Amino acid sequence: MSGPFCPLPVADEGVIERGHGGGGALTARLVEDVFLPAFGAAPSAPLHDGATLVVAGGRLAFTTDSFVVTPLEFPGGDIGALAVIGTVNDLAMCGARPLSLSAGFILEEGFAIAQLRRIAASMGRAAAAVGVDIVTGDTKVVERGKGDGVYITTAGIGLIPAEVAIGPAAVRPGDVVLVSGDLGRHGIAIMAAREGLGFEPPVESDLASLAPMVAELIEAGIAPHCLRDLTRGGLASALVEIATAAEVELRIEASAVPVSDAVRGASELLGLDPWYVANEGRLVAFVAAADAAPALDILRRHRDGAGAAMIGRVSAAAGRGRVLAETIGGLRVLDLMSGEQLPRIC
Amino acid sequence: MKYLDEYRDPAAARRLAGAIRARVTRPWTIMEICGGQTHSLLRHGIDQMLPEQVTLLHGPGCPVCVTDAEIIDQAIALAATPGVTLCSFGDMLRVPGAAGSLLGAKARGADVRMVYSPLDALALARAHPEREVVFFAVGFETTAPASAIAVLQAEAAGVDNFSLLSAHVLVPPAIAALLAAPDNAVQGFLAAGHVCTVMGDDEYRPIASRFQVPIVVTGFEPVDLLQGILACLVQLEEGRAEVENRYARSVHPGGNAAAQAALRRVFVPAPRTWRGMGEIAASGLDLAPAYARFDARTRFRPAAPKAAPAGPCLSGDILRGRLRPTVCPAFGTACTPEHPLGATMVSAEGACAAYYRYRRAAA
Repeated sequence: MSGPFCPLPVADEGVIERGHGGGGALTARLVEDVFLPAFGAAPSAPLHDGATLVVAGGRLAFTTDSFVVTPLEFPGGDIGALAVIGTVNDLAMCGARPLSLSAGFILEEGFAIAQLRRIAASMGRAAAAVGVDIVTGDTKVVERGKGDGVYITTAGIGLIPAEVAIGPAAVRPGDVVLVSGDLGRHGIAIMAAREGLGFEPPVESDLASLAPMVAELIEAGIAPHCLRDLTRGGLASALVEIATAAEVELRIEASAVPVSDAVRGASELLGLDPWYVANEGRLVAFVAAADAAPALDILRRHRDGAGAAMIGRVSAAAGRGRVLAETIGGLRVLDLMSGEQLPRIC
Repeated sequence: MKYLDEYRDPAAARRLAGAIRARVTRPWTIMEICGGQTHSLLRHGIDQMLPEQVTLLHGPGCPVCVTDAEIIDQAIALAATPGVTLCSFGDMLRVPGAAGSLLGAKARGADVRMVYSPLDALALARAHPEREVVFFAVGFETTAPASAIAVLQAEAAGVDNFSLLSAHVLVPPAIAALLAAPDNAVQGFLAAGHVCTVMGDDEYRPIASRFQVPIVVTGFEPVDLLQGILACLVQLEEGRAEVENRYARSVHPGGNAAAQAALRRVFVPAPRTWRGMGEIAASGLDLAPAYARFDARTRFRPAAPKAAPAGPCLSGDILRGRLRPTVCPAFGTACTPEHPLGATMVSAEGACAAYYRYRRAAA
């Protein structure tokens, strides 16, 4: 490192230049000045190409996800918190306790360093709240006009407790289907922010770490048969994927699926189906019927699980899995979303 | 949620279905005009609550579906014109013309934007005076007033880089054309509630009287739809053919006068070719001569290849209510929402998409 090191934010710290991705002094300054303080990295830890982790014998969960979102900061979160929580939630869905993350940044030339600092700080806060460390990373810069400000890729590893085996293969007829809260907030919040749709009151993203509630379920001896975080494609897509993989038929009671009035209203206006709208802090859990009540109690004790509800059950084994929703006049078959949901015309 | 929950009340819906069963003595065929109603009927399973004597046919009220391939090809040609930014509603971008879709053009580098309102396109034009912003204006009497307002605002603000490619269509001429067809099977209509919210219901009276069909203005929720169907069946059973408003919480006599005034000022009726139905006189809206400078056809004279001969898609017969989506050999196999052969499989309001989404695996 050359020159004096100043950890304090300064009023005008400029914008990302091509050299910030060059691997030289500018890159080092960005890492040491913006990322390390934000992530709370131990000052004694030597900077290196990779991190060395000590793990006890056991099974690791390993996942990666890339984050591109417009706008970068939205009601209820930003791309930084999203990049940490999204990967943490993927680990939690394996039943794993998240240990460490990596963070790769693709920055656009001209991006304000002040905004990057806000995003990094948000990542640090999200990681600290979950108790996960961001231990290694990378930064590249692309020409102005070749990126949307910042893209972030995170990868994460987590430790899976010995007795836990979560996945579609464990789903059984008779299992009940729980969701951890009301659906569709993230997708509606992003669409409202992106398109300047002013809903009153504004819809905030549900962005939240699901790891604490999953850990508590497992500690309480409730082994969920299957967990899935309801991101792109929403509840309906997750249910169809699980039913297909598990070769079961699901019966969902439409009136039991929680959707807030704000999201329902916005969805009605835009012609969207909230069951297909993205979430970033909601999970669906398949548990044995006997575990339904205690599992709901645990979910509801968490701030982000207060709206947890039982929405249906695994009605039968079925060679070709499918999801049926009970409606006014009969049964409706849920399908995977094709492409992206587009607002209706009239 | 007010104005929603009471119209999705299962008990109220069952009572109405019971009233319909009690009232029907012989077979009747009713068409709901609007694609939004088609989707609601299938999504909530309303069609499954009706007695066997009642046949529902799905009408041409899907703006994306009825837009002729030739206009889509004009839009694609415009989007490929240097300096042009082409805007339209989401669904319209996916519909195939003869020369691919607008989303395909976007992927090849054309500047194609999805907007929620023509006013968003106007805002884009004001923010980018160096671009020519064209709004591909599709839709019925519901969306046309917003297109008219955008033109009036552009005129008032002196914005000269904004224009419309109008594909707007009108409902009453299409109903008259369906009824005038020699093989027409429709005995009663559910008129589209939102169209009547704008236009009122007066223009349906001459049609009801000339063709002796009941026309019931109907809303979109389960209870609305069942009320509309019941009212239509009661008229049929009693041998009446009147215009009746069963969506009074939204549709007022005379409709929305301000919206109609904007339409009359900016647009004039024009012949329009409907996908599957051919050209219908005075069934479209084109820019009035006084606003010709906002007409993208006048401004750019987009050349589009003549539409390719029709493939296996049966959407023409489906839009006229002659065939059900499920009888099409391509339905759910060669033709899916991911790989649509025709517009009725693309749109959120298309009949094929509704059957694919709600009925495919239940059958």
